[in-house]
Amino acid sequence: MKKTKPDLSVQIGLLRLQNPVLTASGTFGYGQEYAGLVDLNCLGGIIVKGLSLSPRPGNMPPRTVETPCGLLNAIGLQNVGVENFIADKLPFLRNLSVPVIVNILGQDIKEYRKLAERLSNVEGIAALEVNISCPNVKKGGVVFGTDYKAAARVTKAVRAAAELPIIVKLSPNVTDIVSIARAVQEAGADAVSLINTLTGMAVDVETRRPKLHNVTGGLSGPAIKPVALRMVWQVARAVKIPVIGCGGIMTAADALEFLIAGACAVQVGTANFVNPRATMEIISGIEEYLGRHNLKDIKSLVGSLIL
Amino acid sequence: MVRGTKSKMDQVTVTVLENRFAAPGVYRLRIEVPAIARVAHPGQFLMLRVGQTLDPLLRRPFSIHAVHDSRTIDILYRVIGKGTNLLTAIKKGGRLDIVGPLGRGFSWKEGSPSLLVAGGIGIAPLFFLAQTITQNGAGAKTSVFIGARNKTELLCVKELKAMGLQVEAATEDGSRGKKGLITDLITNRVAASRPVIYSCGPYPMLHAVASLAMQYGLSCQVSLESFMACGLGACLGCVAEMRNGDLVRVCKEGPVFDAYEVA
Ligand SMILES: Cc1cc2nc3c(=O)[nH]c(=O)nc-3n(C[C@H](O)[C@H](O)[C@H](O)COP(=O)(O)OP(=O)(O)OC[C@H]3O[C@@H](n4cnc5c(N)ncnc54)[C@H](O)[C@@H]3O)c2cc1C
Ligand code: FES
Repeated sequence: MKKTKPDLSVQIGLLRLQNPVLTASGTFGYGQEYAGLVDLNCLGGIIVKGLSLSPRPGNMPPRTVETPCGLLNAIGLQNVGVENFIADKLPFLRNLSVPVIVNILGQDIKEYRKLAERLSNVEGIAALEVNISCPNVKKGGVVFGTDYKAAARVTKAVRAAAELPIIVKLSPNVTDIVSIARAVQEAGADAVSLINTLTGMAVDVETRRPKLHNVTGGLSGPAIKPVALRMVWQVARAVKIPVIGCGGIMTAADALEFLIAGACAVQVGTANFVNPRATMEIISGIEEYLGRHNLKDIKSLVGSLIL
Repeated sequence: MVRGTKSKMDQVTVTVLENRFAAPGVYRLRIEVPAIARVAHPGQFLMLRVGQTLDPLLRRPFSIHAVHDSRTIDILYRVIGKGTNLLTAIKKGGRLDIVGPLGRGFSWKEGSPSLLVAGGIGIAPLFFLAQTITQNGAGAKTSVFIGARNKTELLCVKELKAMGLQVEAATEDGSRGKKGLITDLITNRVAASRPVIYSCGPYPMLHAVASLAMQYGLSCQVSLESFMACGLGACLGCVAEMRNGDLVRVCKEGPVFDAYEVA
């Protein structure tokens, strides 16, 4: 019997992806950094490094430290700023055939609104991912990400200003992620992505100094995968909008866990550092799995967890 | 002129031809990788996946130490922690996942005499530069100064001499060569021949070499180290502060910098 190829495409609100594998913001630069190693047009989509209104220099080094099965970072949202992004980075991305999602970060609601307005007026951007959860900048996102009222306010402001689908990226550094997911759903988010990094730290015992200049940083990598998976499962049961899973995905099996737990798509982050070809291997691994289990599409898998 | 900016990088799985003890605590790894060997520039580096498990998670950066016949690449590495210890376990015939060549290497100024200044394992990238210089017939205008704590940590002296280069050594304990710091050794030399200086080694040494270069108004390039998560310019984790206050990526804008730009 002839087998038809499984359909890997997914629909996230108005956004259609040829497969469910996205690159996580901050781990894939502006795409170009990986052009020599990955066929970018094979990705489900590219989420670029978080953008602020004006360029940001970021934190002083050391900014990263490796921990068992994980990576702690305190980059401090270094980025080129929205205008430089549009002038210098977007032309390359526009030439790709895959959706480009821009992660945005503001210091206050006004900045989020301005970013959303500005990015809605340029060609080549498929959606916005609203970063309300970056733990590194003192005045920045974390305030919005940990309070459901503030999270809803940001979402509403971006919703009103943007003519693009909006995904709100949630912080795991909260007591009840479900209430925040519900609040941003009500405020008009088209989807949520989770989780951002878990706040952590590391100490050099010889010098008794923190290993990061910023003292604390965000933990990513396989170390956080079980926590991410649990949160994705909880949120996916509680909201109607699509959930994008993220946190420690290294292999196709990891990605499949998230899909089965209820995510419609996944983001691959730290794995890009370890194995630049990780996204490609994950996409073909998912396809192979669907074939092996006689599943015709991703939809048949999403949320299929058997309890 | 040798310049290392835009060579095509790749991720490849290569065969290990040799991975052997070179000196106490130091190993030499030889891999067959023509695609990278052909395009690599001195001062560029590779990211090596040292194991198949998730701990250690990240790749480790190593300079390209030597290239033979545009086919094989040598890496000279000091065993200092988890990753480098795992690396020593890879046997001849084993497979290794590498990404490279990465970063911006040395920019060799063909017309001027060259002075290569290495501290300890810092000889790793400078050896490849020495190879390139001699292959271009400029060995006679080139001298290499190597410093180390003691004689067992002095690396590659014999090999460099065999290439016909003038080599001088200094050890902090005086067990070989001059006793003292390498900067003491080069001070009168730089005044006389006004060379271009290329240096790699511990930060205090680089700092001393750079200060000396500035004092005499000499051109000087230094290779910096930093903790690197990606090596590709994507994570922004490896930045170093420049004199003008800018934070730049060591893996992309470096690892070799003009000493005058570095803080
Ligand atoms: C561009 C570049 C080129 C390099 N070339 C060479 C080379 O040719 N030969 C060589 O022996 N080494 C080289 N290094 C250093 C090498 O990458 C580190 O020694 C290695 O990553 C240590 O890994 P580990 O797991 O054994 O040590 P870990 O267990 O990770 O760390 C052990 C100790 O080493 C320190 N350390 C870890 N990583 C680095 C680093 N990147 N730089 C400085 N200190 C570090 C840690 O702070 C810790 O104190 C290079 C580094 C860079 C950035
Ligand atoms: S190591 Fe990631 S940007 Fe340099």
